[in-house]
Amino acid sequence: MRAESRRPAGLGRFGEYGGRFVPESLVPACDEVERAFTEAWADPVFRAELDHLLSVYVGRPTPLTPAMRLSAELGINLLLKREDLTHTGSHKINNVLGQALLARRMGKRRLIAETGAGQHGVATATAGALLGLDVTVFMGERDIERQQLNVFRMKMLGAEVIPVTAGSRTLKDATSEAFRYWVTVVDDSYYCLGSALGPHPYPWMVRELQRVIGDEARAQCAAPDFVVACVGGGSNAAGTFAGFLDTGARLVGVEAAGGAAISAGSTGVLHGFRSKVLQDEHGQIVEAHSISAGLDYPGVGPEHAYLAETGRATYVTADDAEVVAATHRLARSEGILCALESAHAVAWVLRAAADGTIPQGSTVVLTVSGRGDKDMATLMELS
Amino acid sequence: MKMLVPYVTAGVTENWTDLLRAAVDAGADAIEVGLPFSDPTMDGPVIQQASYRALCRGVHATGILDEVSRLDLGVPLIAFAYTNLVLHRGAGTFCAALRDAGVTGLIAPDLPIDEAGPVSLAAEQHGVDVVLLASPSTPARRRAEIAKRSQRFVYAVSVMAPTGEQASLRSSGRELVTSLKQHTDLPVLLGFGISGAEQAAAACAYADGVVVGSAIMRRVLDGAAPAEIGALLAGIRRAVDG
Repeated sequence: MRAESRRPAGLGRFGEYGGRFVPESLVPACDEVERAFTEAWADPVFRAELDHLLSVYVGRPTPLTPAMRLSAELGINLLLKREDLTHTGSHKINNVLGQALLARRMGKRRLIAETGAGQHGVATATAGALLGLDVTVFMGERDIERQQLNVFRMKMLGAEVIPVTAGSRTLKDATSEAFRYWVTVVDDSYYCLGSALGPHPYPWMVRELQRVIGDEARAQCAAPDFVVACVGGGSNAAGTFAGFLDTGARLVGVEAAGGAAISAGSTGVLHGFRSKVLQDEHGQIVEAHSISAGLDYPGVGPEHAYLAETGRATYVTADDAEVVAATHRLARSEGILCALESAHAVAWVLRAAADGTIPQGSTVVLTVSGRGDKDMATLMELS
Repeated sequence: MKMLVPYVTAGVTENWTDLLRAAVDAGADAIEVGLPFSDPTMDGPVIQQASYRALCRGVHATGILDEVSRLDLGVPLIAFAYTNLVLHRGAGTFCAALRDAGVTGLIAPDLPIDEAGPVSLAAEQHGVDVVLLASPSTPARRRAEIAKRSQRFVYAVSVMAPTGEQASLRSSGRELVTSLKQHTDLPVLLGFGISGAEQAAAACAYADGVVVGSAIMRRVLDGAAPAEIGALLAGIRRAVDG
């Protein structure tokens, strides 16, 4: 049986993780999204329209590029799944196009989104422009300062960007504000969540919309020994792993050392779901810190918490310094400037190949979740 | 007799327990004690700010409950706590701590009935009543279930919005209260958006009472002394008693 049919039990349960911990005001809205997606996902017409857009608009399938020089240097067969080559430059577009089509099918006229680095905001603004839907993006004031280029991109695409001034003024606060706003406009607006987290059905839906990464990669190579992806909220990893869950491949998720909800967090409830979160001894959520804004989130999608607990996937960390080094090495040896988020996966592969965790001769599939253009200012400051 | 239930963010000021006393003196029937949380997704700017200020003062649930346990206010106290705070050390441990501090009710604003089972069970074992919220968007059958399962009173959310004062009362609140009352003999209280005496009185034409939160906390954030909050609540008390 293809993993596609593996729908989480009950109200989005992945073991003890997942669920729907939202204010009563949002329960009917979550129900509505769940019903609509369940129907749409089983509807060949909806699937055909999404597949068509993924092909003619996004540029799928993305190639699986052999990293020739790096493979030779490391003594492994490293294959790069190139989400950086999609329209808008990251895997985020796969999810957003699916949800935007769903919103239109539900008769909604506006998309709401949260964004950290701005990649999901840009993808949502793009899908809104494509399908003729209004877009309102919530972004922390601090992230707006750090990501001016993406803010301008969103505005160019016609989106309204609302600064969030509460709390730490970053992604977690932008997410809270998006939920608050959704309550007030729930009749005509759709919340387009950017990662495989949030209340049911989002973790399941986003994973299904991102599984195109893993399904394509699986068809593009012989059985790999390792499948590696970076994990913030975990949508590119969830989509990548979905294609390989029923194979013998070792699945490895790489978190930012300063935002490692699985490696350093504990069980908690944030933004509508139960999973591993970074929190203090009193249950207050603490901020994540990473050089890559896209991994600056103190929680992780519930399916990852479950895969970690069952041992089906392993979660490791990479720190800022080795991530920067890995970005440089991939650029110099393959001519690919990847996003700092994706470089976490590269950093771990470099380390694991060197210390023998990845045996010589292994085949490794690594998802390059996005391109690095947005990170040039950060890297320029460092050099 | 209409019910007046003020909400106070615990730890917002050093003398925050004086706010509770002022509320009791003004005729509060019960008090919601808000345990500050880092990510209050159901709260508008005022209670967000109050929570943030409280957390910056270094308060936490254990210390708050310690302070509360030394009070003898003579009215029931109800904890308003986001789910992560309830589940952090386990629902049983949390509810036992509430009870030990003399807090006999619990409102978890991000814990809908579908997820509330384990917490309700733990609360029952420790003698804590769980107050449930219903919203204008709640479908009819679900309203009935919420009305039947809620304890102490049913909390009707007046408007599709986070907590915060509204310029006027919405018809959605009246419609909700009326439908909830068909399913329960418990008092049905209207909350979210009540900004002062006039609105409270208008709400009590159909509701059994009101919850007032942001109107209090906005003034506290602006530096109001407990006596001023007492005066505000006394005015609301007179208005709802008609």
